[in-house]
Amino acid sequence: MAKIYVDGRPYEVHDGDNLLHACLSKKLDLPYFCWHPAMGSVGACRQCAVKQFKDENDTHGKIVMSCMTPAADGTRISIDDPEARAFRAGVIEWLMINHPHDCPVCEEGGHCHLQDMTVMTGHARRRYRFTKRTHLNQELGPFIAHEMNRCIACYRCVRFYRDYADGQDLGVFGAHDNVYFGRECDGVLENEFSGNLTEVCPTGVFTDKTHSRRYTRKWDMQFAPSICAHCSLGCNVSPGERYGEIRRVENRYNSHVNHYFLCDRGRFGYGFVNRGDRPRRARLRLERELAEVDTEHALAHLGGLLRGARRVLGIGSPRASVESNFALRTLVGADNFFDGHAPPETELVKLAREILSTTTAELATLRGLETADAALVLGEDLTQTAPRAALALRQAAKGVGGKLAAALKVPEWQAESVKDLRQQSLYPVFLTAIDATRLDDVARHHLRAAPEQQAAFAMAVAQAIDPAAPPPPALDADTRGVAAEAAAALLAAERPLIVAGTSLGSAALLNATANLTTALSARGRKPLLFLALPEANSLGLSLFSAPPLTDALQLAADGQADVLLVLENDLYRRASPALVDAALTKTRLVVIDHQLTATAKRAEVLLPAATVFEGDGIFVNNESRAQRHYQVFQPDFYRSEVQIAEAWRWLDRICHAWRGDCCGWEFLDQVTAACAKALPQFARITEAAPSARFRIKGLKLARAPARYSGRTAMRANLSVHEPRAPQDPDSPLAFSMEGYAAPDEPGPLVPFAWAPGWDSPQAWNKFQDEVGGKLRGGDPGLRLIDARPQSGYRAVDCAAPAADGLRVVALHHIFGDEELSALAAPVSARTPAPYLALATADARRLGLAAGDIVDLAVDGTRLRLTLKLSPQLAPGCIGVPLALLGLPVLQTVVAGDIRKVAAA
Amino acid sequence: MTEPAIKLADLPKAAPFELHPDDRIAIEHEIAHYDHPRAAVIEALKIVQTRHGWVPDAAIPAIAGVLRIGSAEVEEVATFYNLIFRQPVGRHVIKLCDSMSCYLTGYDDVAAAVKRKLGIDFGQTTTDGRFTLLPICCLGACDKGPVMMIDDDTHGQLMPHALDDILEAYR
Amino acid sequence: MNRAETHPLTARLNLTDPPDLKRYEAAGGYQGLRKALKEMAPADVQQTVKNANLRGRGGAGFPTGVKWSFVPMTAPDGTPYRGHKYILCNADEMEPGTFKDRLLMEGDPHQMVEAMLVSGYAIGATRGYIFLRGEYVLSAQRLNRAIDEAKATGYLGENILGSGWGMTLAVHTGAGRYICGEETALINSLEGKRANPRTKPPFPQAAGLWGKPTVVNNVETLCCVPHIVVNGADWFKSLSQGKSTDGGTKLYGVSGRARRSGCWELPIGTTAREIIEEHAGGMADGLKLKCWLPGGASTDFLLPKHLDLAMDFDTIGQHGSRMGTGLITVVDDKASLLGMLYNLELFFTRESCGWCTPCRDGLPWTARILKALEQGRGQPGDIEILEQMTRDLGPGRTFCAHAPGAMEPLQSALKYFRDEFERGIALPPRRQAA
Ligand SMILES: Cc1cc2nc3c(=O)[nH]c(=O)nc-3n(C[C@H](O)[C@H](O)[C@H](O)COP(=O)(O)O)c2cc1C
Ligand code: SF4
Ligand code: FES
Repeated sequence: MAKIYVDGRPYEVHDGDNLLHACLSKKLDLPYFCWHPAMGSVGACRQCAVKQFKDENDTHGKIVMSCMTPAADGTRISIDDPEARAFRAGVIEWLMINHPHDCPVCEEGGHCHLQDMTVMTGHARRRYRFTKRTHLNQELGPFIAHEMNRCIACYRCVRFYRDYADGQDLGVFGAHDNVYFGRECDGVLENEFSGNLTEVCPTGVFTDKTHSRRYTRKWDMQFAPSICAHCSLGCNVSPGERYGEIRRVENRYNSHVNHYFLCDRGRFGYGFVNRGDRPRRARLRLERELAEVDTEHALAHLGGLLRGARRVLGIGSPRASVESNFALRTLVGADNFFDGHAPPETELVKLAREILSTTTAELATLRGLETADAALVLGEDLTQTAPRAALALRQAAKGVGGKLAAALKVPEWQAESVKDLRQQSLYPVFLTAIDATRLDDVARHHLRAAPEQQAAFAMAVAQAIDPAAPPPPALDADTRGVAAEAAAALLAAERPLIVAGTSLGSAALLNATANLTTALSARGRKPLLFLALPEANSLGLSLFSAPPLTDALQLAADGQADVLLVLENDLYRRASPALVDAALTKTRLVVIDHQLTATAKRAEVLLPAATVFEGDGIFVNNESRAQRHYQVFQPDFYRSEVQIAEAWRWLDRICHAWRGDCCGWEFLDQVTAACAKALPQFARITEAAPSARFRIKGLKLARAPARYSGRTAMRANLSVHEPRAPQDPDSPLAFSMEGYAAPDEPGPLVPFAWAPGWDSPQAWNKFQDEVGGKLRGGDPGLRLIDARPQSGYRAVDCAAPAADGLRVVALHHIFGDEELSALAAPVSARTPAPYLALATADARRLGLAAGDIVDLAVDGTRLRLTLKLSPQLAPGCIGVPLALLGLPVLQTVVAGDIRKVAAA
Repeated sequence: MTEPAIKLADLPKAAPFELHPDDRIAIEHEIAHYDHPRAAVIEALKIVQTRHGWVPDAAIPAIAGVLRIGSAEVEEVATFYNLIFRQPVGRHVIKLCDSMSCYLTGYDDVAAAVKRKLGIDFGQTTTDGRFTLLPICCLGACDKGPVMMIDDDTHGQLMPHALDDILEAYR
Repeated sequence: MNRAETHPLTARLNLTDPPDLKRYEAAGGYQGLRKALKEMAPADVQQTVKNANLRGRGGAGFPTGVKWSFVPMTAPDGTPYRGHKYILCNADEMEPGTFKDRLLMEGDPHQMVEAMLVSGYAIGATRGYIFLRGEYVLSAQRLNRAIDEAKATGYLGENILGSGWGMTLAVHTGAGRYICGEETALINSLEGKRANPRTKPPFPQAAGLWGKPTVVNNVETLCCVPHIVVNGADWFKSLSQGKSTDGGTKLYGVSGRARRSGCWELPIGTTAREIIEEHAGGMADGLKLKCWLPGGASTDFLLPKHLDLAMDFDTIGQHGSRMGTGLITVVDDKASLLGMLYNLELFFTRESCGWCTPCRDGLPWTARILKALEQGRGQPGDIEILEQMTRDLGPGRTFCAHAPGAMEPLQSALKYFRDEFERGIALPPRRQAA
C-alpha cells in the first residue's frame, strides 16, 4: 500500500497502480477515455491529466497523465488544480472538434461516456469555427452499427478487438486527424466478442444494431440483474426492457465471472424472448388444433387429466431454473423425475460433477482462467462451446507479457509497453480438438484426434507428470513428444490449468482430465480445473441426480406411465425421434415452455413459461456458482391476456388443480427454501441472493433509472388510468424508478450501472470496491460445490467405440448451436448452413468431393448434408454440427454408412 | 412483434489479385532481413507498387498472406505512410516539396506553374496518364529550394519558366 | 593538420563519385573498426565516446556515450548477455530545413557502414539497421553497395576481423512520415507497424526493437564515432577549437533566401553570424534578415540580435531556442511570417501520427487559425487560442515531442511578432471573406 495525497487529502492505495486507477478506486471523479480497467493505459487521449507535485513544498507542479503515472508512497497530485482543469477542458474541446453533436439521434445518448466526460470537464461552448472532417460508414453485419463521424480516436476499439480479443479484421487506418477505425472494407465483423465494442467505444461509433431495431434510451428501460442463458458459464447480464420487449443486453459486472466482457451469443441472442410465435397463453388441444384458452380452463382440464393418471413422469431441463426443476420434482415425486439432458450428457455432467466434487485441483472461476501460466485444453472448442472462456484463456496466454514487464520494472498496466515486450511470445497452451479451432493461434501445439485418442494423449501427459498415473495406450512418437512437452510446461508453471468439457461426449476425456489434475497434485502442484458443461443450468439440474430422460421415454413407450410433464425442454433435441414418438403416442403430453418447440407442438396442454428474463430463479454455472436471475418486467403489464408465468408458478397451480392441496408457494423464496431444506446439495442455495424481504433504508431497489420517462403515458393506448406498478413478491426489486438505486446495492441485486455523472457502462467503477475488483455489495453468486479432495486415479477407457468405418463427432458453433439464441434473428443470420465435414484424405478414399450432397444416418435420423472438406479434421471422423441440426451429442458410430446423393 | 429475418448484406467483392511470383520471391527475400516477417510490410507494399504503380485494395490480403499477418494490419500500414499510393497514379509521379525552406524560396510560384502546365491540382493525374502531382514534405535538399522529385530523381532550384525542360524528359 | 583531422566527417566526401571500399580504406577507412575490435573492449569504446562528449546530432543533443551505457551488457544474473541487441541509425531526415545526413550517406557511404559497426560493437549489437527515408533513393543505392562490399571483405557478418563478434547490417527504407524520425516511432515503423511513438520508460536501450535492447542514433552522431576511436577523445574535443564545451565538428548549413545556401562542416560552436554571413554569403540581394530558425522547423525563432551566439546545444538553449539539427533557416523581411507559420503548422498537422489528442486535433485547428490570420480573416480570441495551444501542446502534455516541436516556432513568433498576428484579425467593418 502507498499513501498518496490528492488535493491535500491522504488516501491509501495500491503501490504501483496508476494514479487514474487509484483515484477512481477512491471514487474520485477524473475524466478519461483511452484507459480501460481491463486493458490498461496507453496515454493517448490525454484526458486524465492531473498536476503532480514533487513534495509538499512544490507549489508549481507539473501536468502528468494520471493513467501513465504510478502511485508511490508520498505521491502528491491535484485533480482540482486550475491548470490541470484548464488542460482537461482543452482536451475535450479538441475531441469535440469533429464530433457531430448528434446526440438526439445517436443511440449512445444517455449511456455515453463522451457525454459524461464532456459534462464532467465542463465543456459547453464551441470555439472551433472551421469545417469538420467527415467519414463514410461501414456495414459490419447484423450485430454492430458503425458511425465513424462520432469517433474521438481513443483507440479503445482496436485495443479491445485486436490486442485483447485477438481479432484480425478491425484496424485503424490513415494518419493525423484522419484516422479511421473499421474494417478494410465492408463486411461482417468476425470476432466472437465484437459486441463488446459497443461498451468499449466511449461514444456512438460502434452501437448495438439489434437494439437499433427497437431502440430505447438507457434511462427509459427497465432492467434486472440477470444471467446469460446461452451456455454453462453463467455470465452476468443486464437486460433492458421497454413495452414488454427486451431491447438490449449489456454486460453486468462480476469480478469472478465475466468481468467486463460478454460474447456475442450472450449479448445478441435475446431475440427469443420477443418472438411473436411464442406461446403467451395457455393452449389446449381441441379437436386436432392447439387452441388458446383461459388459465382456469387449462388448469381444470389438466387437473382432470392428472387425477385420472396412474403415473405421471416429469422431465426436467438444463435451461430451466433450479426452482422450476425442484417444483416439478416435488409435484411428480422424486421417483418420477428425470434429468432433461440427452442421456450421454446426463452421464457426462454427472461425471463432471463428481470430478468437481473430488478434485484436488482448484476450481477455476471464469476470471481465474486469466491467471494461468500454462494450459492444456482437452477436446473443448471453447470459442464455440463456452465462448467467454476462450477470451479469458487468451489473456492467460498473453499473461507472459506481465512477467517480462515486471523483470524490467514496467508496470503491467503499461499496455503498449507490455505488448512490445511480449511481441509474439505466449505462455504455453496446448490444445486437443477434433478440427481446427479459433484458439489455435495462441496454442503452442494442437493435436487433432478423435476423442478417445485425445484422452489417450491426456493420459500420456499425466503419466509424464506422475509415473504412477495409469499408463496410456500406445501412442506414436510425435504425440508422445508433445505430451512430454506439455507435461514439462505444466510442471514448470505456477498456475497450470486444465480445461475440458462435455461437448465431445467423451467420458474418457473427462476421466483423463481428472487424472491430469491428480498427477499434478501428486507432484505438489496446485492445478486449476475448468470444465465446460452443456447448458446454463446443466449443473443445477444434475445436482438432483435424476435418471436420464430415456428411462422416462422408455417407461412411457412401454405403457408404464400415462402422462409426461415436460419442463422447458424439447425432447426431440434430446433423444431419437423414434423413441420420443413411441413415448408420446402412448402418453398424454403436458409441456411448460416459452418456445413453440417440436415437442410443444405435440402437447395436449401447453402452458406459457417465462423466459429467463421474465422470471426469477437460480442457475448453477459450470463451476457450481449458484446465481440468481430476476424478472426484468411483468409479461402481462401491457397485455392483460398474456398468461406467461415462471414454470414453478405453473407447477404450483397444477399441484392445486391436481390434488386440491399444494405446497402453497406464492413467491420464489419459498421454493428456494424448500429446495434447500429438501436436498442437502442445495442447502446453501438460499444464500446466493438476498431474500425478497431485503430492503435498503426501508426501500425496495429500483429496476429503472431515476430519469425513466413516459410511465404515465405508456399504457395510455389501453387505458388512460395509470395502473399501480406491478408488485414483485419474489424479489426486493421494484418495477419502477422509485426505490433505492446506488452503487452499494448487493452484487446480485444491481440491475444497471448508473451513478451520478456516470451514465455509461464505465459507471461500474463506482460499484466496485476498487476498480476491477469486487463489487461493493459483494460479488453475485455462491459456489455450491466445495471440493472434498480425494486423490487417486480414475480408470480411463480409451477404447474407441467399435466401428470399422468412420464415426460421427460433434462440431460446435457459437451461433446456432444453442437452442434459444438460435431463435434470435441476428444470431440466425450468423448461423452457418448445416454441413458434414470429412478429412480430405477420408473423403478421397470414399470418392467424395467438397460440395457433394451426402446422406447419413445418425442415431436413426437420416441427414442429407453438403460435404465440406476440412484439412485439419481428425482422420476417421465425420464432423457434423449436431446441435445446429437440433440433435443431441451422441456417440453413434456409423460404419461406411455415408452415401453420395448428388455430386457437387 | 415477430423477429424479422435478417439477411447478411451482399457485400461488394474486391477484384481478384494475384501476387506476381517474382514479387513473392522478392518479399520473401526481404523477410529474411528481419526477426519477424511483419517488418517487411513496407518493402512488400513497395514491391507491389513498383509493379503496378500503386497498391490496389485486393493486394492487401495477398501481402498479408505472405507476411503471415492479418490483412487489417497490412492496411493499417498501407494507409499510414505517404509513399504508398492507394489510388492509381500516372506514369510519373511528381512530388513537389511544400515545406518551409522551399516555401521561402518560391514554392508558391513553382506550384502554380506546375499546376497550370499540367492542368491538374495536387492529388490529380493528367488525362493522358503521364503525371500525377503530389505535395511532399521537406526532401532534404533545402539549400536547393524549391525542390521536387520526379519518380526517383531530385530536381532543385526550380524556376517557373524552366519547368518545361525538366518535364520534357519524362514521357 | 590535414583536412581529415579538421573535417573528419567530410574530408572524403564526394557526392558525384563517393569512395568505394578501396578508396575509403586508402583514405584511412575502417581503421576505427580495426582499432576497436583489436585493441578495445566494448566498454572502452563507450568510455572513449563518453570522454569525447559527443552529443546527439539528431536534435536533442543527448550525450551518446551516456545513452549507450544504459544498454545491458550482461544478463540479470551476471552472465554474458544472450540474444539480440540492435543498433539503429536514424536516417529519416525529414525535419524541414535539414539536409545534412543525406550528404554523409550519399558522399561517403562506407563511413556510415563503419560507424554502424564500431557503434554496434560498443553496445554488443548483433544486428544493425539503417532506417532511411524512402525518398533518399541514391543514399539507399550507395549504402547497399557499400554494405555488399563490406560483407565481401569480411567487415560484416560473423566473426568480424577474427574478433569473435559479428553483426549484420541492412538498409530499411521507410515510406514517408516525419514521425518515423522519433526514435520509438522509428522502432515501431521498423517492426512493420504504424509509426506511433512508444512510452518511455522503458527506454529503447532496455526494450526497443522486438522488445530487445536497442540504440537509436542519428547519422551524423554515428559518423563521428570511428574518428573518435581512431584519434581519441581529446582530439575530438579539440575540434571545437574552444568555441564550445561540446566536442567535435558539426554540419551546419543555411537555407532560405541566402546568397549561397549550403552545408559545411565547422567546429561546433561556430557562431550563426559566421555561418550565415561568411559561409552562406549573407542574405540574397535586397533582402534583410528578419529572423532565423537555428536548427529545423521545430526550433524557436531567433532574431538578428542573436547572430553572435555560439551554435551549440547549451548556448542556443539558454537563449530561448534549441540548436536542433544545426541547419539554419533564414527568414527575410519580404516573406510572410504568418504564411510561413501556416506552412510549418500544416506540415506538423499532416505529419502527426494521430495517436494523442492535442497533436491530432490541436494542430489542424492551429493551422486553420493561422491561415485565417494570414488572410486577414482572424477573429478576436484567435491569438488567445494560439497561446493556449502553445501551452497545451507543450512538453509532457502530448505523448511525444512532435507537437511540442510544432509549438516552438509558433510560441517564439507570438513573442517577437505579435503585432503581425494582431493585424490578421478582421475588424468588424471589414467584410469577412467566405
Ligand atoms: C517528431 C520527431 C522527429 C524526429 N526526427 C528525427 C530525424 O529525422 N532524424 C534524427 O536523427 N532524429 C530525429 N528525431 C530525434 C530522435 O527521436 C532521436 O532523439 C535521435 O535519433 C537520437 O539520436 P542522437 O542521440 O544521435 O541525436 C526526431 C524527434 C522527434 C520528436
Ligand atoms: S504528439 Fe501525439 S499524435 Fe503527435 S506525433 Fe506525438 S504521439 Fe503522435
Ligand atoms: S486515460 Fe489517460 S491518457 Fe487517456
